[in-house]
Amino acid sequence: MTPPGATELVRLAGVNCSYGGDPVLADVDLAVTARQFSGIVGPSGSGKTTLLRVLLGSVEPSAGTVWRRPGLRVGYVPQVEAVDWSFPVTVAECVLMARTHGRVLPWRSRSEQAEVREILGRLGIEELASRHIRDLSGGQQQRVFIARALLGAPDLLLMDEPTSGVDVRTRHDVLHLLEDLHGDGLAIVLTTHDLNGMAAHLPHIVCLNTEVLGEGSPREVLTPDVLERTYGARMEILEHAGMPVVLDRYASADNVVRLRKTGA
Amino acid sequence: MEELLRPFDFEFFRNGLIVATLAGALCGMVGVYVVLKGMSYIGHGLSHAIFGGFAASALLGVNFALGAGVWGVASALMINGVTRRRVIGADAAIGVITTASFALGLALFAVFGRAGRSFDAALFGSILGVGPEDVWAIVAVTVLVAVVVFFGYRQLLFTTFDPEVAEASGVRTARVDALLMLALAGSILATMQVLGVTLIAATLVIPATVARMLTDSFSRMLLLATGIGAVTGFVGMNLSYHLDVQSGPTIVLVGAALFALVFALTGRRGRRRTAGLDRRATTSLSPVSSTSR
Repeated sequence: MTPPGATELVRLAGVNCSYGGDPVLADVDLAVTARQFSGIVGPSGSGKTTLLRVLLGSVEPSAGTVWRRPGLRVGYVPQVEAVDWSFPVTVAECVLMARTHGRVLPWRSRSEQAEVREILGRLGIEELASRHIRDLSGGQQQRVFIARALLGAPDLLLMDEPTSGVDVRTRHDVLHLLEDLHGDGLAIVLTTHDLNGMAAHLPHIVCLNTEVLGEGSPREVLTPDVLERTYGARMEILEHAGMPVVLDRYASADNVVRLRKTGA
Repeated sequence: MEELLRPFDFEFFRNGLIVATLAGALCGMVGVYVVLKGMSYIGHGLSHAIFGGFAASALLGVNFALGAGVWGVASALMINGVTRRRVIGADAAIGVITTASFALGLALFAVFGRAGRSFDAALFGSILGVGPEDVWAIVAVTVLVAVVVFFGYRQLLFTTFDPEVAEASGVRTARVDALLMLALAGSILATMQVLGVTLIAATLVIPATVARMLTDSFSRMLLLATGIGAVTGFVGMNLSYHLDVQSGPTIVLVGAALFALVFALTGRRGRRRTAGLDRRATTSLSPVSSTSR
């Protein structure tokens, strides 16, 4: 492995992972740098979540090397579907879970209470502190887990499918919030199925299907060839407001024509 | 009133009452983690497994706490190892380990006779055999488990709710899970005499489930389950004396009656709160399984 650059937070070199003999990641080389804002896209079962877990450190690769900057703090926001929403925790209790070191007493100290309030306020959900996590909207639930990750003052935030299962407005709210956090200096890597949302909001995309098939800006990566290799299906790429828009090749020809007429 | 207070004149009843109250509180406290981690089946199986150690220690003339304790700890760690590594179907493996141990206990009693401690008391609970040493044993285990829960509160909560992120955040989830299994084994050992191995699982599950119906906060659930367990043990033991029914069934029936009452009073909200308790079905010790790739 070549020496990591000064701004690198994590570097994977030749990483392989498998579950029960089936390869999930093959020969993955990837570097995450400070202030990076990346989306990992790919079809279901392409290894997106596993790659995120390798970056997090919860999955050990079967081959290859993972380098992390010494002292690196990583925050993780799980997939909404992976959360046990019936678990008895309020928003404040959930956020404070990130504090397992330092203080051994069960209850919150005054400074911890102030920190939780400050982070919830920053994310616009301070008034929800005593609510149960199930009794929130999809966007609010995402914010709770972002708040938990932020309480650990991470250098890198990893998010698994933050825009899945939410409506269009919530999806944009979440992505705008991430843009703000990235603007404050946080490196963010997320996984998603939402190609067009990524093209509109993220400067860097990684196309993954067991191996990395493309990496770069949306304009560099969202091409018919790269997407066909990633998804195994041909897709049309249009231009809209200076951004690439991905269309399924088999989408209605009428829709394509209508989109072209409206300014593509 | 005089009739109600009469049993307090007897030392065996006072000892039994202390043990039953502390047993209820202890099982209520540990039961919160058992229920939320979907380990009810493990609690049930472990209590049966310990019966094998109980039988062996009684027949070999070994100190009960030592014999059943070593057996219980070994069973708990074995179950913990099987469920974490997922080498084979965890519930099947636990079923084999625990029922084989229980069957061994029954066979030993059948072949060598029922020497030493009461066979029926071990199965169904009794206050008649409760001595000062049982009181000290349960006081010691309760204090020990309470200390673990108090000082390990944050790690236990994070590991129970989100083991993967907890592990990635530096919590040693394997150690936390092992500690929890040891606390469970200790609780079963200490309460076996009064509750009986066949009924301990109910005292682990009922207070925690009732508490879950009453609150959405983890810290309040922990306190409520401990209190509900203690009250259930206290009331159940008194009823056991007056109705002349074994202590284990009486305590469990009091808990079941409380469950029915709270279930009726909390209505839809209570059902909604407990609706997801089976989500982590049976044997989910961390790390979490996931189909996501």
